[in-house]
Amino acid sequence: MQKSLKKYFAIFALPTVIAFMIAFVIPFIMGIYLSFTEFTVITNTDFVGLENYIKIFTVDDSFMNALWFTTKFTIVSIVTVNVFAFGLALMLSRGIKGTNLFRSVFFMPNLIGGIVLGYIWNLLINGVLGIFDVDITYKAAYGFWGLVVLTNWQMIGYMMIIYVAGLQNVPSDVLEAANIDGASAPQRLFKVTIPMVMPSITICTFLTLSSSFKLFDQNLALTAGAPGMETSMLAMDIYNTFYLRMGFEGVAQAKAVVFFVLVALIAYIQLRITRSKEVES
Amino acid sequence: MIKSKKSDKGIFVGLIALSLLFIYPLVLVLVNSFKNKLYILKNPFEIPMGEMFAGLDNYIQGAMQSDFIRAFAVSLTITVLSVVGIVLLTSMTAWYIVRVKSKFTKVMYYLFVFSMIVPFQMVMYPMVYIVGQLNLNNPIGISLVYVGFGAGLSVFMFSGFIKGIPLTIEEAANIDGCNPLQTFFYVVFPILKPTAITVAILNAMWVWNDYLLPYLVLGTKEYKTIPVAIQQAVLGAYGNVNWGAFMAMLVLAIIPIVAFYAACQKHIIKGVISGSVKG
Repeated sequence: MQKSLKKYFAIFALPTVIAFMIAFVIPFIMGIYLSFTEFTVITNTDFVGLENYIKIFTVDDSFMNALWFTTKFTIVSIVTVNVFAFGLALMLSRGIKGTNLFRSVFFMPNLIGGIVLGYIWNLLINGVLGIFDVDITYKAAYGFWGLVVLTNWQMIGYMMIIYVAGLQNVPSDVLEAANIDGASAPQRLFKVTIPMVMPSITICTFLTLSSSFKLFDQNLALTAGAPGMETSMLAMDIYNTFYLRMGFEGVAQAKAVVFFVLVALIAYIQLRITRSKEVES
Repeated sequence: MIKSKKSDKGIFVGLIALSLLFIYPLVLVLVNSFKNKLYILKNPFEIPMGEMFAGLDNYIQGAMQSDFIRAFAVSLTITVLSVVGIVLLTSMTAWYIVRVKSKFTKVMYYLFVFSMIVPFQMVMYPMVYIVGQLNLNNPIGISLVYVGFGAGLSVFMFSGFIKGIPLTIEEAANIDGCNPLQTFFYVVFPILKPTAITVAILNAMWVWNDYLLPYLVLGTKEYKTIPVAIQQAVLGAYGNVNWGAFMAMLVLAIIPIVAFYAACQKHIIKGVISGSVKG
């Protein structure tokens, strides 16, 4: 059968391969090449070696600012989203009446797109700050915490669902045995439940990490980087460097390569660390 | 689980309070969509009554100004085309990759998996150029681009499932005289249905809400999608935003999502759980 299927390459695989080439493979290779060149139009490039990469860290300080802001934001988001999501999952795993309804409510914001989410919170946050006669662009800290709250509102429900599924796999006889042995509720949580849901924690920290680190739409709609460019995250800084600064296209592409390497590296390290903490149930 | 009735009551009350907190931002937008545009920024937390109440004016203005119905049609067209394309094409590709064992299919598989971790900004600029050169800057063309971007995750998910299907079923179909196309559509695809639903939902959520790709590829004129229309209502107004119409637009953008969620909640939740296993 393998042989007869092989002849059907053009039907089974070719359309996807063509789309994949256009959307990903060719742009990816071009992107790497362009990061070593200076250009304003893509057809006319000058090879400049590592110059763009050096510029990111010398001439242009917006990238380092964005990197620092994104890192802070990502760390705070990972911790808050996962703690709240896990807490909610524990509350929803007790078989309380109305569990399905609560789950639906908490998950709902996740389906709304980043742009709409950003403007919903823009209204709410500026409404609150308006009482004190300021708005979200007044201070970078406002934008920072605004983004954290928004991200929590969006992602908690999603992670909660994964944690609920994980908690269902914790055998109740193990918990009961721990209880009979005299383990207190916090001990049962930290010594039994949490080690057993480690696979869910791996997945959830990975998902929160990669979506917080790559955040763009919410950033654009909530603060658009204001004040100045103090609240612009990495994805937005790259976008702005491409489309708002003439002559910096090569630098922008170099930033994108660095961004990609960072994302890949963090994902790899994070998966190794949490995977090593998983236990067999 | 060890439980006590007393703490359950406390948790129930806590969950109700948290639910209200979660719904509040949506209620706030809904309330403001019926408020006269002059009062929205000044009194966002007040209930629109008397002269503040705008009736359906905001909705009429919001729909007219942004050509919202057209944006809705464009978003729907792109989402349906992309999702159908992704489910059909990537399931076929995944079957091919799993069943034809060669160096080439192995490389393909790893390339698809690799593409999942690459952020959009990495390929954004050259991709927009290529798409322009190939005249793909229309709803059909962008759907092809979505197939390319969605291929990573979707091929990965389908392959994972196909590996678990015993070969004997397909061989039996082959002996009965089915060619590979018949085998795939009569035998394999029906087995793939649960994964196909998951893939469809995950991609639908992504394509429907995506902003940057349609903005860069289709622009803000003829083929603007809902997220682009919303962003444009703010950007295109140069500081003179009609906040009343804007609130109505936000509500109109949320309604289809709520309807979709209400209609296939079970599948969405299941999709999230099985989709997350990729981590």
